[in-house]
Amino acid sequence: MQATLDQAIKLGLREEEFEAIKKVLGRTPNFTETAMYSVMWSEHCSYKNSIKWLKTLPRDGERLLVKAGEENAGLVDIGDGMGCVFKIESHNHPSAIEPFQGAATGVGGIHRDIFTMGARPIASLNSLRFGKLENPKTKHLLKGVVKGIGHYGNCFGVPTVGGEIYFEDCYQTNPLVNAMSVGIVKAGDTVSATSYGEGNPVFIVGAATGKDGIGGASFASADISENSAEQLPSVQVGDPFEEKKLLEACLEAIQTRSIIGMQDMGAAGITCSTSEMSAKGEHGMIIHLDKVPTRQANMKAWEMLLSESQERMLVVIKKGEEQGIIDIFTKWDIHCVQIGEVTKEPILKFYMHDELVAEVPAESMVLGGGAPVYEREYTRPAYFDKIEAFDSASIPVPSDLLGVAKQLANLPSIASKRWVYEQYDSMVGIGTTNTNAPSDASVIRLHNTEKALAATTDCNSRYVFADPYKGGMIAVSEAARNLVCSGATPVAITNCLNFGNPYNPEVYYQFVYALKGMSDACLKHGTPVTGGNVSFYNQSEDGPVYPTPTIGMLGVLDSINDKMTLDFKTTDSLIYMLGTHKDDIHCSDYLHHICGVTHSPAPSIDLEEEFAVQQKVLSLIKNKLILSAHDVADGGLFITLLESAMPNGIGFAIQTSDAIRKDAYLFGEAQSRVVVSVAKEHQAAFEAHCAAIAFDLLGTTTASGAIEIDAASWGAVADWKNNYDSVIENQLAS
Amino acid sequence: MKFGVIVFPGSNCDRDMLHALQDDLQQEVIMLWHKDSDLSMFTTDDCIILPGGFSYGDYLRCGALARFSPMMEQVIAFANRGGKVFGVCNGFQILCESGLLPGVLLQNDHQKFVCKNVYIKNEGGDNRIAQKIAQKTLKIPVAHGEGRYFADDATIASLEANHQVIFRYCDEQGNVTKESNPNGAINNIAGICNSTKNVFGMMPHPERACSDALHNIDGRAILQALSN
Repeated sequence: MQATLDQAIKLGLREEEFEAIKKVLGRTPNFTETAMYSVMWSEHCSYKNSIKWLKTLPRDGERLLVKAGEENAGLVDIGDGMGCVFKIESHNHPSAIEPFQGAATGVGGIHRDIFTMGARPIASLNSLRFGKLENPKTKHLLKGVVKGIGHYGNCFGVPTVGGEIYFEDCYQTNPLVNAMSVGIVKAGDTVSATSYGEGNPVFIVGAATGKDGIGGASFASADISENSAEQLPSVQVGDPFEEKKLLEACLEAIQTRSIIGMQDMGAAGITCSTSEMSAKGEHGMIIHLDKVPTRQANMKAWEMLLSESQERMLVVIKKGEEQGIIDIFTKWDIHCVQIGEVTKEPILKFYMHDELVAEVPAESMVLGGGAPVYEREYTRPAYFDKIEAFDSASIPVPSDLLGVAKQLANLPSIASKRWVYEQYDSMVGIGTTNTNAPSDASVIRLHNTEKALAATTDCNSRYVFADPYKGGMIAVSEAARNLVCSGATPVAITNCLNFGNPYNPEVYYQFVYALKGMSDACLKHGTPVTGGNVSFYNQSEDGPVYPTPTIGMLGVLDSINDKMTLDFKTTDSLIYMLGTHKDDIHCSDYLHHICGVTHSPAPSIDLEEEFAVQQKVLSLIKNKLILSAHDVADGGLFITLLESAMPNGIGFAIQTSDAIRKDAYLFGEAQSRVVVSVAKEHQAAFEAHCAAIAFDLLGTTTASGAIEIDAASWGAVADWKNNYDSVIENQLAS
Repeated sequence: MKFGVIVFPGSNCDRDMLHALQDDLQQEVIMLWHKDSDLSMFTTDDCIILPGGFSYGDYLRCGALARFSPMMEQVIAFANRGGKVFGVCNGFQILCESGLLPGVLLQNDHQKFVCKNVYIKNEGGDNRIAQKIAQKTLKIPVAHGEGRYFADDATIASLEANHQVIFRYCDEQGNVTKESNPNGAINNIAGICNSTKNVFGMMPHPERACSDALHNIDGRAILQALSN
C-alpha cells in the first residue's frame, strides 16, 4: 500500500523530502519505507541542518585513528599500543519527559557507542542543565536525572567521574542531559561498524525488541512542549544488567576475530544499524524480521524497524564461524539470533514471514549518502543590541563585598555538587585518582601502565549566548585549561551541540558562530574534533535555551606522577595568579545572578595569552615548581581561592589591587587565569620560570584556616565549606 | 595460599579485587565463573571472595538470586568445611541471603545510593581481621544503595556477645556516631563474621583502598588478614 503525503508529513518528513524518496525508489514508498526514511532523514540521524558546518571543524591530528563521523565514536592514539574511544551525546528530550529513564538510557546509549568499537568503558561524565533550583519541577527533574544516571552507571559498573551542572531559567522546560563515555582498547582489537562479504550472516544480539522508543529519533527532532508527555512511548526503558552482560559478551566475541562489523542500536534501531553498516561496507542485506526476538506478540514490521529498545547490537559474522560467537553469547545468557545475510547488491530487503515489506538502497538512507543536506539562513540576533548597550559603569561597586561572596557561594551552579556525585559510583574500576586528590579534570589511571587519562566537560552557555564566537572559544579553552591544571596534555575533543530550532535564523547564527569559535580554539590548543552529536530543537514556548556546545575533552598524562591537584597543601605557601587581572565583570555569575543583569558581553579572552598561560602551567608542573593549580572560572578569583582552600581547610590572605574595580578583581570572570600555590623556597625559581608571562603574587596561605581579604577577616574556611557543601541538599529539602 | 574470586554476570568489582590482590598484594588469584561448580583446587587455607556488583541485576533483592547459582552451592559447602569466605558489598548481601551470615541488608535509610569515603573501626576479638587490624580506624569507600545492616534483637545480641561485629562506621577519630553512619545500619555495623569466624562480610570496599596511585592503602590490612 502506497504511503500518502499526509502520512509522510505526520511522520516528520517535509513535502520535498517525500518527493526525493519517490525519486530514489522510482516509485511511491509504502508506509513502512516512509517511516524508515522519516527517522533516517530526521535531524537526529542525518545531521541535515548541521553537517555543512560540522565539516568546517578541525578534524585532523596525528593522534586520530579514525576521522570524525566515520565510526560510532572518536578513536585516538594514547601511545604504548593503546587507543582511547570517547564520545558525548545528548538525551535531552527523553529526560524532559521521563527524567529517570531518559537519563538512564542516555548513559546506556553512550557506553554502547564505545564498546561497539571494541573498547572497554572506564569512565563516564555528564553535563546537565536545569531551570532554577527553587522551582518544584526542577527539583523533580534533578532528582530523576541523577537517580537515572546513577541507576544505570552504578549497575553497569563504570565510574561516573566528573561533569558539570548549571541552573538557568532558559532550561526550565527543556533541560539538557549530555552523557560522555571514555573507553580504552588495545591496538588491533577495534571493530568497525561495517558489513560486507556476500552470504555472511547478520545477527541481532542482546535484548528482545519491544515497542519502546518507536520514533525516538523523530521525537528528538521537534520542539518540546507541555504536551510532550503524551509522547511517552517515545522514551526508551533501560536495563543496565543486560548491557553489562552485553559488554562482556561483545568484548569476548571480538577476541575470536570472527566479527566483520558491529553496530549498536540506538536511534532508529534496526533501520539505522542495517543501513549504516551496509552503506559503509557497500553491500546490502536481506533481513527476516519475523526472526527478531520480540517482547510482545504481533509487532508490525515498521514497529520492529523503528523500535529503539535498548541493549541491542547488530553483528555481521564471517560465514562458518558463527558457532564460536553463539557460544559466547549463550554463556552470558544473551539472545544471539541470525536474522539475515549480506548481499552483494547494495539494497536492504526486509521480509516478514516471506513477504517483502520494505526495499530500499542502503546508501540512500544515510548521512553522507542520500540523506538531504540543507543550508540554513542565519541572521545576527536582535538581542545583541541589548548586550552591546551594557555599560559596566552602570553597576556601582558594592560596599559589602563579603556579602556578595557569600551570595555567590550559595548559588547552586557554584556550590558543591556533593548531593549529586555521592549518588554515583565514582570509584568502581579503581582508576579514579580524584577521590583523595582532587584536580580540575578527572584523572583516571590505566592499570599496569604509568599512564593516566584526564577528561572534562565544559561549557558556560551564558558566554555563548552573549557572544557565540567567543563563547565557543571559551568552552574549548576552559576544557583545555582544566586538563592542563591537572597535569594532562589536551589531545582531542568530542562535542554535544545543544541549540534551539535551526529554522530560526537567529538560533542558526548562534550555531554557526559557536562552531567558528570552537574551531579557532581547537586549532590553537591542538585538539581536533573526533565526533559527537547535534541536538537541535531545544526550545519550548519560552524560546530557545542558551546555545550550549558542551565540550568533552580528553587529555593524556604519560606518567601518573605528573598529576597536579587543586588544593592548597601547606600553610605559609605563596599564592600566585598566572595571567592578567582585568577590569571585567561581563557575563559573570556576580553580574548575572547577584546584580540581575541578563544581557552583557562575554568576558574577555585572548587565545594567544590563553595558550601561553596553559603551556606555562604544564612546564611548572613538569619542573615541580608548584604545589597546586586551579583555574579561575565561574564565580571568579575568590571562588577559585575558596575551592583550593576547602579540601585541607587551609586559609588564605590576599591583597587586592586599587588599579581595577574590587568586584571585577574578586568576582570577574575574565579568562586565561590560573591560581597556583608555591613553596617559599621555590619563589625565585618560580618567578624566573614565569618571566615570559604575566603573573601576580596575591598573598599566602594561612595557618589558622582564616580567610583575609585586604587584611579584613572573611571568616573561617570550615564555615564556608559547611555551607558550600550543603547548598543543593538544603534547597532540595525546602 | 591463594584466592578465588567469583564472577557473577553482574559482578563489577571482580577485576578490581583481582588488581588489588595481584598488583598491590602480590597474591595468587583464580577467577571462578558462577555457572561452574568445581572448587577442588582450593583447600581450607584458601579464601573465596564474593566481589561487589549487581550479581544478577538485583531487580529482586540484592543477592537473592545469586545464592542459587551452582558455584554458590559449592561455596556454602566450602565454608561449612571451614574454608575462608569473604564477601564485599553485593558479596556481603549474597552471604546473608545464602544463610552463611545472619541478618539482611536493607535499603539505605536516606533511600539514595551513596558512594564516598567512610571511616570504620575494628573493636578487637578473636578473629583474624581483628588480630590484624588491631583497633585501628581505617578510611575505606562505600558504594551501595542497600547497605543498612539489620537483624532481630536476639541475633544482634549474639553477634555483639561473640565479637562477630568486625567493623563499625565511625568518624575520623574513631568515635562511633550517628553522623558517621552512611546508611542507618543498626549499631553502626559495617561488617560481620559468622560464629565459627571463617566467613566475613562487609559493605565498604577494601579493594578500592589498596593502591598508592589512589592515595589510600588502608584496605590492604583487611585483605592481608585473609591471606594468612
